[in-house]
Amino acid sequence: MKQFKAFVVKEFYHIFRDRRTMLILLGMPVAQILIFGFAINMEVTDIAVAVLNPSPDTYTNQIVERIDANNYFHVDYTVHSQNEIDELFKQNKIDLAIVFPNSFNEDLIESGKADVQLISDTSDPNTGTIIVNYATGIIADYQKEINHISGYPPYQIVATTQLLYNPEMKSSFSFVPGVMGLILMVISTMMTSISIVREKERGTMEVLLASPLKLSQILIAKTIPYLSLSFINLLTILYLAYYLLGVPIRGSLVLIVAISTLYIFLSLLFGLLISTIAKKQVEAIIMSGIGLTMPVMLLSGMLFPIENMPFVLEKLTHIVPARWYIIIIKKLMIQGLDFSFIIKEVSILLGMTGLILALSMINSKKRLE
Amino acid sequence: MEDNIIVKVSGLTKKFGNFTAVDNITFNVKEGEIFGFLGANGAGKTTAMQMLIGLNKQTSGEAFVAGYDIRHESEKIKKNIGYMSQRFSLYEDLKVWENIRLFAGIYGMKDKEIAEKTDQLLSRLDFEDERNTLVKSLPLGWKQKLAFSVAIFHSPKVVFLDEPTGGVDPATRRQFWEMIYQAAEDNITVFATTHYMDEAEYCDRVSIMVDGRIDALDTPTNLKAQFEAKDMDEVFRKLARKATRD
Repeated sequence: MKQFKAFVVKEFYHIFRDRRTMLILLGMPVAQILIFGFAINMEVTDIAVAVLNPSPDTYTNQIVERIDANNYFHVDYTVHSQNEIDELFKQNKIDLAIVFPNSFNEDLIESGKADVQLISDTSDPNTGTIIVNYATGIIADYQKEINHISGYPPYQIVATTQLLYNPEMKSSFSFVPGVMGLILMVISTMMTSISIVREKERGTMEVLLASPLKLSQILIAKTIPYLSLSFINLLTILYLAYYLLGVPIRGSLVLIVAISTLYIFLSLLFGLLISTIAKKQVEAIIMSGIGLTMPVMLLSGMLFPIENMPFVLEKLTHIVPARWYIIIIKKLMIQGLDFSFIIKEVSILLGMTGLILALSMINSKKRLE
Repeated sequence: MEDNIIVKVSGLTKKFGNFTAVDNITFNVKEGEIFGFLGANGAGKTTAMQMLIGLNKQTSGEAFVAGYDIRHESEKIKKNIGYMSQRFSLYEDLKVWENIRLFAGIYGMKDKEIAEKTDQLLSRLDFEDERNTLVKSLPLGWKQKLAFSVAIFHSPKVVFLDEPTGGVDPATRRQFWEMIYQAAEDNITVFATTHYMDEAEYCDRVSIMVDGRIDALDTPTNLKAQFEAKDMDEVFRKLARKATRD
């Protein structure tokens, strides 16, 4: 045990001595969260609006005025058919369309309730929802105002929204689970494999193997620093996402950390497997970089929605662990579901862990003949 | 036996597929001896040495190191030997004392003993000022001296050196051999492979491997007489001529 401790201490020295790499490893999650969080512009200004108002009256005109008077909106088009709206959306000339029904005035006066439809382009889901929320807010203010004047019975203007192109808003907030999936894998897999292969390349591995240390002790000691780094990064990401970006953590935090531990463990095993194959640090970087990091970015659903992928690629995503991890984190964090909804994904990750464990054990045995 | 045998090898063989890297070698190394293990590149000396220290499994034959069987007691062997690989093998990004402490710790030495011996070692090598220096900023000759000192720091019974003096100047090599003599005086058996034939002259006995076999084994003086050669270099060239491998 004392031997083991001496070795783990040395591993931490390696990391602390290499300041630049350590800075990258600790700064990467912060940078990614900030870039993804703020490059996606959270405040939307200069919103171009089209209005379809078949039977203008005081109320509808006032609503349009209120919207136009708002700093964020400017009503650029008054149209006369749904087709015109579609055309304007396609040409990217408007961000929002407001559609009043023919019977708006009658509805409001007779039944006290009228509908107004807000249509927005959610191919960029953040922007799309923010626009609709702004507009709904303005309409709600207006409703309060007229009720204040007219008193009883209260009028109700119901804004129904239609989100174009990406109605389920598949990528909203999804970059946070994506960043988690990517960063934990990069650190656990790439750094572990590099640090083991470095010992092979420099010849120190031979000396270690000729020492009383067991191979399993060497490998476990190698993974401990990166395990700790992964945890620091996991907590950094969750903290920044929650407090800085306001991403919800609706499900159990304990479960999120537990599943992340499983994922980190699986990634470490990938790193060990790569280290049994690679002879040079460059090989390890290429294998973990191109072999693992690229698929995580492209095939995990982090950047591109899996639903839109061609059949073959869609099938390919099934073997990418990050895909399952990201689904689990989305379910837990954003949808706030409990364990019963992630049993399938967790089982898949466990199965993959078992498989990789077996493979790397066979491989490291073979290496010693 | 008249002397204590510390390494006993009989019929040791290693095959990689059809290729016989080490072909049925038999020899003994006596306690406290400096044993030179010579051979051209590819003659099989590194493979043979790796089998003795547990880095490689033999195909057939048997060997005992420090009284332990390489077939099933490699754990015990590893505790009783030191090893310095041909690629200089300390951690460059660790300080001098951190390297010493790491390897001493790996060999299970106590903290107090480590501290005492570190002070002794650094003063003997005149390294006191370099205690906190990163190894990468030391000159190569110093690194090698330090690597050797680390390899024998835990007072092993045998130290295995795989071409320890590659790439250093003759003056440093001589200093290095003085350290080897010192170790032998402290009753550490030295088992060293080397390319340099002048170094072979420093050994108590040498074996010369050709094509996986040991073709000669005796003291340098006897070998020179046997091959009617004026120095070890000539002995080696006469033997190496028989080699059929590239």
